[in-house]
Order: sequence, then structure tokens, then C-alpha cells
Amino acid sequence: MNKTDFLLAGVGGQGVLTASDIVAEVGMALGLDAKKSEIHGFSQRGGVVESHVRWGERVAAPLGEKGRIDYLLAFELMESARWIEFLKPGGTVIVNRQRILPMSATVGDAVYPSDEAIDQALRAVTDQIVYVDGLEVATDLGNKNLANTVLLGALAREMGVDPEVWLDVIVKRVPRKYLEENKKAFWAGRMGERVPREK
Amino acid sequence: MKKLLSGNEAIALGAKIAGVKYASAYPGTPSTEILENLAQMAGVRAEWAPNEKVALDSVAGASYAGARALAAMKHVGLNVASESLFYLAYTGVNAGLVLISADDPGAWSSQNEQDNRHYARFAKVPCLEPADSQECMDFISLAFDLSEQFDTPVMVRTTTRVSHSKSVVDVPETNGHAPRPLKPFIRNTTKYAMIPANARRRHPVVEERLKKLSEWSNTAPVNRIEWGDRSIGMVASSVAYQYAREVFDGYSILKLGMSYPLPEKLIREFASQVGKLVVVEELDPFFEHELRAMGIPCAGKEYFPLTNEFSLAVVREGARKLGVAQPAPPTAPAAAIPARLPALCPGCPHRSTFYALRKLRLRVAGDIGCYAMGALPPFDVIDTLGCMGASFGVAQGVDAVGANTDKQPWVAVLGDSTFFHAGMPALANIVYNQGASTLMILDNDTTAMTGQQENPSSGKTLQGQQTHKIDIEAVVRAMGVQDVFVVNAFDEPQVEKTLKQALAIKDRPSVIISKGPCVFLDHYPEKFIYAVSNDACNGCSLCFRVGCPAIFKGEIDKTTKQPKALIDPLLCVGCDICAQVCPHDAIYRIAN
Repeated sequence: MNKTDFLLAGVGGQGVLTASDIVAEVGMALGLDAKKSEIHGFSQRGGVVESHVRWGERVAAPLGEKGRIDYLLAFELMESARWIEFLKPGGTVIVNRQRILPMSATVGDAVYPSDEAIDQALRAVTDQIVYVDGLEVATDLGNKNLANTVLLGALAREMGVDPEVWLDVIVKRVPRKYLEENKKAFWAGRMGERVPREK
Repeated sequence: MKKLLSGNEAIALGAKIAGVKYASAYPGTPSTEILENLAQMAGVRAEWAPNEKVALDSVAGASYAGARALAAMKHVGLNVASESLFYLAYTGVNAGLVLISADDPGAWSSQNEQDNRHYARFAKVPCLEPADSQECMDFISLAFDLSEQFDTPVMVRTTTRVSHSKSVVDVPETNGHAPRPLKPFIRNTTKYAMIPANARRRHPVVEERLKKLSEWSNTAPVNRIEWGDRSIGMVASSVAYQYAREVFDGYSILKLGMSYPLPEKLIREFASQVGKLVVVEELDPFFEHELRAMGIPCAGKEYFPLTNEFSLAVVREGARKLGVAQPAPPTAPAAAIPARLPALCPGCPHRSTFYALRKLRLRVAGDIGCYAMGALPPFDVIDTLGCMGASFGVAQGVDAVGANTDKQPWVAVLGDSTFFHAGMPALANIVYNQGASTLMILDNDTTAMTGQQENPSSGKTLQGQQTHKIDIEAVVRAMGVQDVFVVNAFDEPQVEKTLKQALAIKDRPSVIISKGPCVFLDHYPEKFIYAVSNDACNGCSLCFRVGCPAIFKGEIDKTTKQPKALIDPLLCVGCDICAQVCPHDAIYRIAN
């Protein structure tokens, strides 16, 4: 494996940063060098959260770049389209269908894009699109905060990395009290029926 | 043991390993987590100071008294602490003293982009620049040793991408030194007391020290040459080195771990063996100017920008200009996606203030904190914003020249932590110089923007001890303000009424203290969430103006043709502000 770049994007409070920590630590567990980078502070308040993770023999830059990311994990539907330009052509995008309306639609004239417009934006870059109903699955499991773990399960499946490696990292990261439900959420994402891919 | 650590976590760990006994800081992105991590470490006393100058003076005291000590601050924090840095450069240290300056290229969370390597040269102190978390840990130990070896404060400069990126660190199994006894303080006024006569004696010592440091740096392992293709040789430090390493794959790089004073011999050796010498540095042409001053021809800013933070794309663009082949830039057009602007959190106690300020059409001198979001829609009410505490100073100037008028009254707004940081001297100035400004202190019991750090009015220290809670109202009254109004931040009509009352006072200063805890604090009152009655709401849109992320547009009202309001029950915390501004009583509390 030469280099694998990830971009995890969502909205503050969705657990993007915890998930990106886990992705980076899975890279380490696989014996690779890993880096991750994101922004804290002012721009994070109620705004977009994006976190880069890079795996490789040796990783120098902490941030990946436009058009060269291997896996885009969008924790929110519209965010998938915002960040799709980072994905390399034919890369994999995993999209949580959850919608979180931006304030610019409430206090301004912005309109949340339609499902079709979002899908079209993604398809302009790749046909490897995996939609996940992360929030629904998490709600069924009894804790809405599990959606990020569901998405990680889907990523593990798409990458074909041994799920036990992921679970080992999750066990180390998650407080014991939430461990069982996180394992369930991971497996739900891992096993989840994938929307058929079309050209 | 290998661990994935942020630069800030690694700095804290490195300091602990180096036997740091005392650390002080004022929170500021991207430096905040350094002290938060040190606070968890046994044997370290870690404190939040009211501002960065106080932090650095306290750290000076700890060093004089014989304990290894560390101060941490964001780049603009060092502006506040700079006076202390300059005398420290003259007095030197007793036990090791390290100053962390966390710069913010890209101004992600700051009022400017400034390159604090200039401070190292300006104050004549050495500066180390780690490029990843491993170096953050390693360089801190080195910094403490250098500080004692050369009798100097040592600055360690990070940037946002060094402090907040995580990378793999080889953490030693034995975590930390055995406790070091205090190194005795030996009275030596010519070294430690900078009266003019002593300052004149110390200045040559400082200059001599720089020469020795420069000599040391020529062979210091933190500066290294990575040989490769010699047609172009890069000089780089910090995260710019990481981008250069990746973009100029296979080329020679001089990686500088010490950015001041520079290893002149090493640079000359490198320069003599490469075709073209190119400096790859974020922000200012600091190395470039130093190299030119040494008479070493080099290029830099004609290839790489002076402003904003670097990225692989930015460095690739420079590489293309240099004729180094790069993959083609991506051509996919960016999708037009609605922005997500930063916003006050649902339940924020500042919301009532900015709603009222907007409604009353006041001019507002703003300040640094979450309330800077008053400059963004839907409030868009802040007219000036500079630095910590600037609002109260600006208000005095506006008032003194007669511009604070009935027709266009001004209000200055800052928070509790900012009041203690730099607001108090500005308030003293207003009272002393017979100003008549209307001032607001938004007291949410915490330093919220940086992540809810304790401050002098929190009643709790960084390390969790209960402590005296300084009463802001008592301080303001003791300074001589007669008209002090304390209002409930969750009562918008009261905030509005009090503002009008305070604005009516024309011949003396008035202070409104709006009290309500940050929504992230444990003592935030438990509230019931709200919903909108679809029948009562007619889409008047007033509640949209409170700028709450929990309120959004729903279906169109048949009569007004305007969207009605909806409240997201997952986001609402029940602060009641939207219900207070609703003229149709359409927003109601859901009992549960």
C-alpha cells in the first residue's frame, strides 16, 4: 500500500473528530504511519467540520488535497457534495443520508439542495457511492450518537480491512459504558445492505 | 510505545518528561490544549492566568526560583506578553524556561496572521520549530536543556497544523523525570534586576549568547540536510517542510528545526552544493531575508505566497513555477453548496444581547470571544473588532471625540474572561478620564470560545480546585462606576429595557452585566424544549432573527406567503429567547 487519504466531513457535534481519530489509529494498527488534521475554534462553531486522515509508509503533509482523496466519509448529506471535489475520480464516497439544515437557509435565501442534485454532483466524480441511513440505524440501536460508528462500519467494508482491527481500536477509544452499542453500530454499518452501484 | 498524539499533547508530554514543575497560560486557539494536558499530569502545577503577560511573568518567577517552567500562548498572546519576553531575554533564567508560541496561519481562529519567528529575532532569543508531534515532544526537552545551557528563555513556535494535527509519537516507557529539587536562587541583581545600568551590562551578554547559539546550531541535530537531487535545494521548517518533503520528492532539503539564530555555516554548505536555493516558508519571508542578509542568493516568495496557510496544492503551484513536474490540478468544478456560517449555539446566553443590539440599531465596539459572532448574520451588528479588551478602549475614544451621540449611540461589548484579560485597565481609563460610554460585560462564567476554560470569575482553577470567585459587579463598582445593571441573559425584554436605561445616562459611564452560563457548563439550568404552533405562526420571521441553529424554515404561510418557523427538538435546549420575541405567541414550551 502506497498511500491512502481520507476526508471525513460533517457538522459540529456529529462525532467527526472521534471517527477520524479512529481511522488514524486503525492505520497505525495496520503498521502504517498515520496523520490527521482538522481545525478547532471559531470556524468550528455551528459550522462545517472536516478532518483529514492519511495513511502511508511515511506520511509527510498532514492534509490531503483536492482530487486525490481515496475515501470521502460524509456525515451529512449536503456535505458530501461540498467536499466531493477532494475525491479522486473513481474514489469511494460514503454518505450518511441525514440532513442538517444550515442557518444560511433560515436567515438567508440559501436552499438545501435536492437529493438528485447531490447525487449528480457526486456522480460527476465517481460511481462508487455508498448511501447509509446512519441516523436511522443508530436510532434503532437506541442512541442517535452512534451514527458515526455505523459509517465507520461501512468504511471498513468498502476498504476490506479486517473488522477485528477496527474493533480493537474502537474498544480502546470508547468508554466501556458505550462499548456494546458501538460494536453493534459498527457491525450494522459493516453488514449493511449497500445501494446497488450503477454506471 | 507508539501513540497518536496532537502536537499540543506531545508538547505537554515533552514538558512533563523534561521535569516541568510550573506552567501558566491564557487559553487561545491553537495553544489551549497544552495547559489542559499538563493539568492532568502528576507533579505539575498548571494555571490559567488572566492574560499572557501575567502568565509569562509567573513563569519567569518560577524559573528564577529554580523550577523548570513553561508558558503557552497563541501568536497574538505573545503581543500581550512581549514586554515580559524582552526583559527575560536580558535576565536569562535560573531553571529552564520555555515559551510556546502557537501561530495561526490562515487566521482560522484569530484576528490576524502574524509570524512570531520575528519575536525570536526581535527579543534575541532562540526559537525551535517542530514539524510534527514527535518533534513537539523531543524539541521541548531540548528547549529546556538549551535554556539552562545558554541561560536564555527558549521559544518554541508551532502553527495550527503542528499543534492540532495528530501524528505518531514514540512515547518513552518511563514517563517523566524524577522530581527535580528547586535550583537555589542566588541573588544577583546585575542579572535579575533590569535597572538601566544593569540592562546596559546585560545587552552585550545577550549578543554574545546569540553568537554562541548560532555556532551551536551549525551542528545541532535539529537542523539536518536530506540530500537528493541537487539541482534545486529547499530550505524549510515547521509544516512547510512536510509539504515541501512531499511535493519536492527526491530533491535536497535543508530542514531547519531551529529557526533563530540560523546555522549560517550549515546553510552556506548546503547553498554551495545545490543549483538553486529556494526557501519554502509559510507567512513572512523570514529565512529568505536572513539568508539574503548573509549574502546567500535565494528565492522564496516569488514562488510561494506570503499570505494564508500552505497546503500541498499551494506548494505544488510553486513547484510548477520552478519547473518541477507535478500532477495536474483537479478539474472537477466545486458544487454550489450553501455555506454553514459559525453561529451562537442553541441556548447561548449571548443571543438576547445581540438581538437587542440589532433591534436598537446601535453602533457596537466588539471584542474577542464567541460574541464576535455578533458580526455575522442575522445579527451583523458589530462595527469594530480588534483584540482582547479593545472594545472598552475604542468606546472611550469614540466618546471622547463626541461621536457617541443620541442620534448614534455606541455600546462596547466584551465577556467575563476578556474583562479580566484586558478590559479592566480600559474600564479604569474610562472612569478616570470621565468618559460616558455604555459598556456591556457578557458574563457566562467561562472562557467559552476556546472550549470552556476556567477564569477568575469561575470559582474553579484549571486543576479543578474550588477557589475565590471574583465578583465582576463588585470590581466594576469598586472602580467607581455608579450605574451598574445586572440582567438575566435569558430575559431579552429585560436586556433591551436595561440597554435603553443605560443609554439614557449621558454624563458618566454605565455598565450592564448580562449574566447567564454558557450552555456547555454543568450548571446551565435544565429547561424544557420548545415547539412552534403551526396555526399561530404566520411566518413573520422575527424568530429567525435570533439566529438560532435550532430554528429553521418550514411550510409557507398561505396569507403572508412567508415560511413559518420550525424548531428542531434535537437541537433546542429551551432558552426561551425565540418565544420572547414571537409576537404571535406561536412558540410554546413542551412539558415533559
